[in-house]
Amino acid sequence: MSGLQETEYILKCTSACAGCSTSLILRHVLAAAGPDTVLVIPACCTSVIQGVYPKTSFRIPVYNVAFAASAAVASGMSAAFEAMGKKTNVIAYAGDGGTVDIGIQALSGALERETNFLYICYDNEAYGNTGMQRSGSTPLGARTTTTPEGKGHKKKDLDRIVAAHSIPYMATACSAYPKDLAGKVEKALATKGPAFIHVLAPCPPGWRYPAEKTIEMGKLAVKTGVWALYERMYETVVISGPTKAAMIKPTPIEEYIKPQGRFKGITPETITTIRLDSERMLRRLAAEEEGSC
Amino acid sequence: MRERLALSTPVMGACGKTGTWRVFRPVVDREICNACGICSLYCPDGVINEEDYSIDLDYCKGCGICANECPKKAITMERE
Repeated sequence: MSGLQETEYILKCTSACAGCSTSLILRHVLAAAGPDTVLVIPACCTSVIQGVYPKTSFRIPVYNVAFAASAAVASGMSAAFEAMGKKTNVIAYAGDGGTVDIGIQALSGALERETNFLYICYDNEAYGNTGMQRSGSTPLGARTTTTPEGKGHKKKDLDRIVAAHSIPYMATACSAYPKDLAGKVEKALATKGPAFIHVLAPCPPGWRYPAEKTIEMGKLAVKTGVWALYERMYETVVISGPTKAAMIKPTPIEEYIKPQGRFKGITPETITTIRLDSERMLRRLAAEEEGSC
Repeated sequence: MRERLALSTPVMGACGKTGTWRVFRPVVDREICNACGICSLYCPDGVINEEDYSIDLDYCKGCGICANECPKKAITMERE
């Protein structure tokens, strides 16, 4: 298909769980970015799946940093490469805990300073690495080890926080649409200045569904409208194909919620709240694309 | 000074032979397979070869995504 084999930058094999979306996302991100890339990785699943020192399964340079520091370290690295006259891609690759909760001030600072880098947040909607504790990104009603009755608060809208910085390129993607993701990574790296991509990463042990359903879950999230795929260049919004299709004919939201063990015992009222929220988000995006918002 | 840096070296099998994790093994029916490449695109660990669609069973973790996503249902998961 795309000749991915020669551009495989992860050696067989990481210690990621069977059916992990994170390693799938990383495969396609690195294939799109090419060999002249440096990854900055804070504490998250990806810092664990690399392998045990002195061995690693990543063929490109990786800098493992403290939880809160990924965007700050990437800023320094980007400035250093610029001073040396190099065009190396700097990619900060962090989980939702390291972006939405712990790393948000470093991210906000880097976006404000117009650092030339790409920040990718892969969002499995909890602290997966430490055993699925609740994060700011966990959706309403989802069970985690710290919210055994289901989370009582809504998911933090990180994309609108990032959009408020008015950056040259931001996008959302999903692991079930790898070609869409690769296209967005290429666009983001071609952009001068800060770029941000938020990727939904379904997690089989954390979301409690069988490992083979990873791609199906990602597709359902987009088809039901819970997750929207779009790009934003400053104030201009372009909605991606799969979400456009979901706007015309959405799949019932129950099809996404029912197969997941983390939503066990969810009340019909909570499902209605999630549905209304996602409908509101899609309406707002459509209005922003038209420019009437 | 330099030798004090904690640098890791990239090698195959840095996390061991992950194929030992597997409970179900993917088996491809070559009669039905039309070489569309979707299994290789979606394999999280990249163990499916892009040219001949052979599966590296030393490292395949047996997640079953390839069997689930195959549009022709040419891949079945068989117990080890």
